[in-house]
Amino acid sequence: MNITDFTAACPIPISQYPQVLMAHGGGGKLMHRLLEDVFGRAFSNPILDTRHDSAQFDVPLGRLAMTTDSYVVRPLFFPGGDIGSMAIHGTVNDLAMSGARPLYLSCGFIIEEGLPMETLWRVVCSMRDAAKKCGVQIITGDTKVVDKGKGDGLFINTTGIGVIEHEQKISPQNVRPGDAVMVSGDLGRHGMAIMAVREGLQFESAIESDSAPVHEAVLQLLKAGIEIHCLRDLTRGGLASALNEIAEAAGVKIAVEQKLIPVREDVHAACEMLGLDPLHVANEGRFVAFIAAKDAARALQIMRANAVPATAVLIGKVVEKFAPLVTIKSELGVSRILDMPSGEQLPRIC
Amino acid sequence: MKFLDEYRDADLAQKFAQEIRRLTTKPWTIMEVCGGQTHAIVKFGIDELLPKQIELIHGPGCPVCVTPLEVIDKALEIAAKPDVIFTSFGDMLRVPGSTTDLLSVKAKGGDVRIVYSPLDAVKLAEENPAKEVVFFGVGFETTAPATAMAVFQAAKKGLKNFSMLVSHVLVPPAIEALMSSPNCRVQAFLAAGHVCTVMGYEEYFQLVKKYRVPIVVTGFEPLDILHGILMVVQQLESGRAEVKNQYSRSVSRAGNQPAQALMKKVFRVVPRKWRGVGEIPQSGLGLAGEYAAFDAEKRFGLADRHVDEPAECIAGLILQGLKKPHECPVFGAKCTPEHPLGATMVSSEGACAAYYRYRRYNAQ
Repeated sequence: MNITDFTAACPIPISQYPQVLMAHGGGGKLMHRLLEDVFGRAFSNPILDTRHDSAQFDVPLGRLAMTTDSYVVRPLFFPGGDIGSMAIHGTVNDLAMSGARPLYLSCGFIIEEGLPMETLWRVVCSMRDAAKKCGVQIITGDTKVVDKGKGDGLFINTTGIGVIEHEQKISPQNVRPGDAVMVSGDLGRHGMAIMAVREGLQFESAIESDSAPVHEAVLQLLKAGIEIHCLRDLTRGGLASALNEIAEAAGVKIAVEQKLIPVREDVHAACEMLGLDPLHVANEGRFVAFIAAKDAARALQIMRANAVPATAVLIGKVVEKFAPLVTIKSELGVSRILDMPSGEQLPRIC
Repeated sequence: MKFLDEYRDADLAQKFAQEIRRLTTKPWTIMEVCGGQTHAIVKFGIDELLPKQIELIHGPGCPVCVTPLEVIDKALEIAAKPDVIFTSFGDMLRVPGSTTDLLSVKAKGGDVRIVYSPLDAVKLAEENPAKEVVFFGVGFETTAPATAMAVFQAAKKGLKNFSMLVSHVLVPPAIEALMSSPNCRVQAFLAAGHVCTVMGYEEYFQLVKKYRVPIVVTGFEPLDILHGILMVVQQLESGRAEVKNQYSRSVSRAGNQPAQALMKKVFRVVPRKWRGVGEIPQSGLGLAGEYAAFDAEKRFGLADRHVDEPAECIAGLILQGLKKPHECPVFGAKCTPEHPLGATMVSSEGACAAYYRYRRYNAQ
């Protein structure tokens, strides 16, 4: 979607200020207008519309899940998504990793002075649309404006609350030898989409971020009675970090096979060019599931019938107890360690 | 992936491995020069497909690894200056100097930026006339043409705010230095395909003649490397020593002549210290007199310095094939990719880092 689509479908509320000023966070009339005309208008729902200092809502029966995440991404708009949709999907996905049905979100905005009002409005519209698609309501929020140069345009924090309607214990400690390891789709798209449009690293690519909500697929697995032992979304650090964290927490050895792990050809090519491993690259709409072996085939069927994880595959299994390690069988059939990345992913010289 | 998966085919790899096993009757020690090849060998487990008699020694061909501490310290000093934009290839950023690294300088407020091409640094200099833009020119003959082009363009545009910290190194003098060492165990070389794409392989004929070692110009994919090893073993087993080109889809005998001409114009050959190895005569590139104005060391008036490597580090022995990474007492304990003590652990292409990343459990 480009800017013209946005303004046509979603006109920015009339504002005499084309940019965010310090006064928009100052507690006076300007701030009031920003809250009413931008956030209040876009996110309107009965709980938010009461305009209390805190949101009040009924708690459904059962356990609750709660999570928080802050979103900083440059550029704010990237192929396949933007900071707004990512801030909804990311937190919804964190809730989904407990098997929770997401209900409510809070959102905090830290806005750098001078951010074009239209940019803010586009982000807010994107959040509204993403929240609607995920079936969650944004019921409370906060806005701060910081001096020019003290922020990177816009930072967003979202906290999510969801309800757990199942009786399963989904946690790394529940992973056991024999479990099937399943990824919900092809890997590395989000990280490479961002890298392709970063200043100084521009290369021609049509890679779009995989940013998407995954809770529907998880809820369907649970509804079908699939025995899920652990779920982990594959954000920063990619599959390699997630598997290592789980191997360590569960005290198990996990063995996966390179040739079973789906990576799109253009992502593979971009990674090769920059000297990166797609298994270390970030995703925003992918997760790994540890599933009781007896349910693996059925789980795969359910996942593949779903729009987001349509390309889910089984990539390996948990093989031993008490030896925290992740191994990967190379294309040539030789096994080696699959390690966590050392730090930030840096393109290689040659 | 087209032009890639074909070179990772497991069945063909097994066929190459079988042929190598069939031919091998004696123990042979082969050095792959380039860090990219080391990385592929350990990542794909190529060495595990080979007969026990064939030992691969991981050569000094990782530009990040062999950049001396003194040069890294100079980079850190320049990058910390106000009004400087310091640009570098990505993997130089976490290489520690004697006290800190470029990522930490950035965290303290230094303007350190990753570029993918040295020409991006020239562009930055044009866009920021009030800043001094410095590019960290490291690498072998592979990256040298691009840095030469950056200096050439900056001169043509008359840029006064662009300079370069140059620490380029050359492969053939390093092979010569290894071969002339009394401890040398290397009996054949896989030469680095990308270096030869630029330089061709004319330079290797005299080395083959002088030291009677087979040299096979080799690519980087598993089948390339296995094919290169097969071509080397064929020579070793029949007592021949020749220059052969496995990577003919990229390398010609004369190489990329416009690139060589540009390098010759912008650079001159100088002695260079290699981290973990020591100084090798005529093994580096520095800016030629005509382009001396772009020398960052002169522009910022940096003094020469000498920094000692940690005594425990055995990188020099590893680069000569006298020790394997896991035979080092500090490997994986005091020395890790996060806290490297020496050359071969600092970049993912260094032998120690490759063993740490892919082989740790074998060593345990």
